[in-house]
Amino acid sequence: MEESRRDFLKKAGMGSLIGLGVFKTLDKIGVEDAFASSTKEGTSGTRLGLVVDARKCKAGCTECINACHAIHNVPKFEDPKDEVKWIWKDGYHNVFPSKSGQFIDDETKEKPFMALCNHCEDPPCVRVCPTKATFKREDGIVLMDFHRCIGCRFCMAACPYGSRSFNWNNPRQKDGNKLVGGKDIDPSFPTRERGVVEKCNLCAERLAKNLIPACVEACPEGALVFGDLNNPNSKIRQILKSNHSIQRKPELGTGPSVFYIV
Amino acid sequence: MYDTGKILIGVAIFLIIAIFPFLLGVGDSSQAPHPVVLKAAGEQCIESAAYMRANHMQMLDQWRDDVVRNNDRTYTNTSGKTFTKSLSNTCMDCHSNKKEFCDSCHDYSSVRPYCWECHVEPKETN
Repeated sequence: MEESRRDFLKKAGMGSLIGLGVFKTLDKIGVEDAFASSTKEGTSGTRLGLVVDARKCKAGCTECINACHAIHNVPKFEDPKDEVKWIWKDGYHNVFPSKSGQFIDDETKEKPFMALCNHCEDPPCVRVCPTKATFKREDGIVLMDFHRCIGCRFCMAACPYGSRSFNWNNPRQKDGNKLVGGKDIDPSFPTRERGVVEKCNLCAERLAKNLIPACVEACPEGALVFGDLNNPNSKIRQILKSNHSIQRKPELGTGPSVFYIV
Repeated sequence: MYDTGKILIGVAIFLIIAIFPFLLGVGDSSQAPHPVVLKAAGEQCIESAAYMRANHMQMLDQWRDDVVRNNDRTYTNTSGKTFTKSLSNTCMDCHSNKKEFCDSCHDYSSVRPYCWECHVEPKETN
């Protein structure tokens, strides 16, 4: 049978279209399967996180801040522009700026909210760090390798939660024996040096010794709960199951691992 | 040629100044100075002294990556003993005098590691 050039090209075109369609579909199924069966980060399947129960948090109490800042040698600068903080207190409007603040009840308005690094599932600070000084561990902790930080502060610009502080000055006093602010240095943990960014490390050094984070341990009200968010039987998941919780700025898609019960 | 005399005097003065340190040392055959390293408090370092002397910098560099980036905090030495990988909390337990242990050698060889900008040196006890 004689076939015209035109017919041949038509058939070939149809054939390749069908072929592409099949591959595309297969591809899609494959990708969706991969998402369904694995967690987003790492292989260990752990995602460490915190629940902050703001109902229990007392206004005048600073136990968690004191404990954290003492063991991590966080200095206290007078000038708020120089402030270095790992965990701090802030108002509802500042912690949850995307929530409606109109006609807000007095209790919520005056209640303190503990803010700290959210150890995001998809951390923007990690994405922008040019030296990979900030990285995400397999268990979900967003950690800093101070050795590698060059102080470019991209991470500070990227973090939507203000969780990162820059050392504008030497955190140690001139004679080197005390921190700025007068506190003693804990010799088991390093200080930082001028020109380095720092933030909460979810007490990675304590977790290595099977201790819970210092802030959780120090809280006299039990307002902070630490655990594995990927384990449905963990205490933290039980609490999240029975209480309404919110995250900070979830609309940004960073997937914060710190949950608030308001 | 002009001013030959002046030039020669200048050259002579320059030479004298240039070789002055050598002239001073003529006949003095004392040894080159050596750093004095303080003996540590413990009995046995984690590896042999010779190995530590040659490799402690690579070891510490490896340790910091292991600890911070890989959460691997235990070092097993060649004889099977285990130690916590920590400069401040393991090394300095025995080598507790930074000035006479670290600095004496580092000053001698003119290296300036910046460990102590952040890590806390033990308080001097003696």
